[in-house]
Amino acid sequence: MSEQQEPVTGIEAPIYLKYNFTAGAAPTRFLTQVKKGVLMGQRCPSCQQVYVPPRGSCGACGVPTEEEVTLSDKATVESFTIVHIPIPGNPIEPPFVVANLVADGANISFIHLMNECVNEEVHIGQRVQAVWKPEEEWDYAMGNIHYFRPIDEPDVPDDKIGRMPVAGWED
Amino acid sequence: MKEIAIVAYHQSKAVADAGACNEVELIMPVLTEVYRQLGIANAQDVDFVCSGSCDYLQGAAFAFVAGVDALGAVPPIKESHVEMDAAWALYESILKIRMGHADSALVYGFGKSSPGELPIVLSQQLDPYYLAPLWIDSISLAALQARLMLDGGKISERDMAEVVSRSRRNALANPNAQLAADISADDVLAEETYVSPLRKADCAPVSDGASAMIICTVEKAREWGVPYALISGIDHRMETHNLGMRDLTDSVSTRLAAEAAGMGAGKVDVAELYAPFSHQELILSRALGLGEETSINPGGGVLAGNLMMASGLARVGEVFKRIVAGEAERGIAHATSGPCLQHNLVTVVEKA
Repeated sequence: MSEQQEPVTGIEAPIYLKYNFTAGAAPTRFLTQVKKGVLMGQRCPSCQQVYVPPRGSCGACGVPTEEEVTLSDKATVESFTIVHIPIPGNPIEPPFVVANLVADGANISFIHLMNECVNEEVHIGQRVQAVWKPEEEWDYAMGNIHYFRPIDEPDVPDDKIGRMPVAGWED
Repeated sequence: MKEIAIVAYHQSKAVADAGACNEVELIMPVLTEVYRQLGIANAQDVDFVCSGSCDYLQGAAFAFVAGVDALGAVPPIKESHVEMDAAWALYESILKIRMGHADSALVYGFGKSSPGELPIVLSQQLDPYYLAPLWIDSISLAALQARLMLDGGKISERDMAEVVSRSRRNALANPNAQLAADISADDVLAEETYVSPLRKADCAPVSDGASAMIICTVEKAREWGVPYALISGIDHRMETHNLGMRDLTDSVSTRLAAEAAGMGAGKVDVAELYAPFSHQELILSRALGLGEETSINPGGGVLAGNLMMASGLARVGEVFKRIVAGEAERGIAHATSGPCLQHNLVTVVEKA
């Protein structure tokens, strides 16, 4: 019998891999606009839905989305959750609101943060607008928008969420 | 057993750097082309979709999921993925059709290797305890294999250079090739060694691109009314991950897969061998017993452009193209995975 060995419960094998990552042609066009403070969506030539942020294709139809559409920075709450646990790197103290928002002029929602709101009063159909970081901090990032805050506009009824024109309620 | 027909195939041009393209942008053009060949609209018009890719190549987590955005997956489709070359996605799709779960399948593979350091990235597919932490890159391992071949007197450096010269010259007629040139074995031998005994020319280039294929039952192929070829056999075998336990100068797994796929049942007019290193083409052609009557890698093979995760499927596609063009009646396609030809797949393709 060999002597009893201590169990080996782990070894260190760190991995470092270096990449020259590229976002893709369509995301590059979007990020270039967002650096200028503009939200730019892309329209599917088949189903006409407008995506933001665009990835270069309509995931529903499987065709390239080449037509670019300038969107409003006003949006409608499609869904939301109130988060009670801290998330590393998130500047907002819990409890905070993560929301699925549809920008005016777009049909597909994106996820962002809400703030300057009463959490208990956040609701589906609520109107919000982007609060941008100072222009000198703008980069190729959705983080140029600090968060969205409620605005004093009538709620959007369920059947109109995702169908608001770029002019919003003014249209 | 249901016969399987190949009805459409396309490969993008192999390029050293596809630039700002993401996975969706790499995949969509090849899918559009196979849809066009059949006159179908999108993945809704086939029963099953299977892809092959590896997120480590481009360093983007879940790139294989993002790739589904290229398909048109609303309403939901039957979809699967292998973290392997798409030749294995073809294998899965064939099983799906043979089991009666589908009559047609779209198979695609994509690889964007340029963002990373490919030989280093591939070190991470090795045994995680003893080999991966040593960062042994894929070229160094292939060089160990080539050294065994040379010092054992099984091949000469000139034999390897002849493989490279033939690849470069054959690639002159291949519009998708990344490397093509009218160079002789002497020109290759004049190069300095890179990772001894390999010269740079002995190693496949780093390439970006994608390939796609549509397969189906013979009844469905007749319905579509396009020229097709038949897959009469497919098999794959894997050897141990322990390189010290294998005879690196032979490829037993390739030979066994070829026997099981029925390669020996007829003449082989064309063989597409996935050999990322020149000496590996010699190992493979010997393991398969290929002779003068077989044209090996007539488009230059992967030494002319190596689309990781897509070139194995492309080998099958290249044989398909030769057969429907009437240049060959029967051929084999080989795909490989892992270091030093660890895991090998052989497909037999025949005239319908």
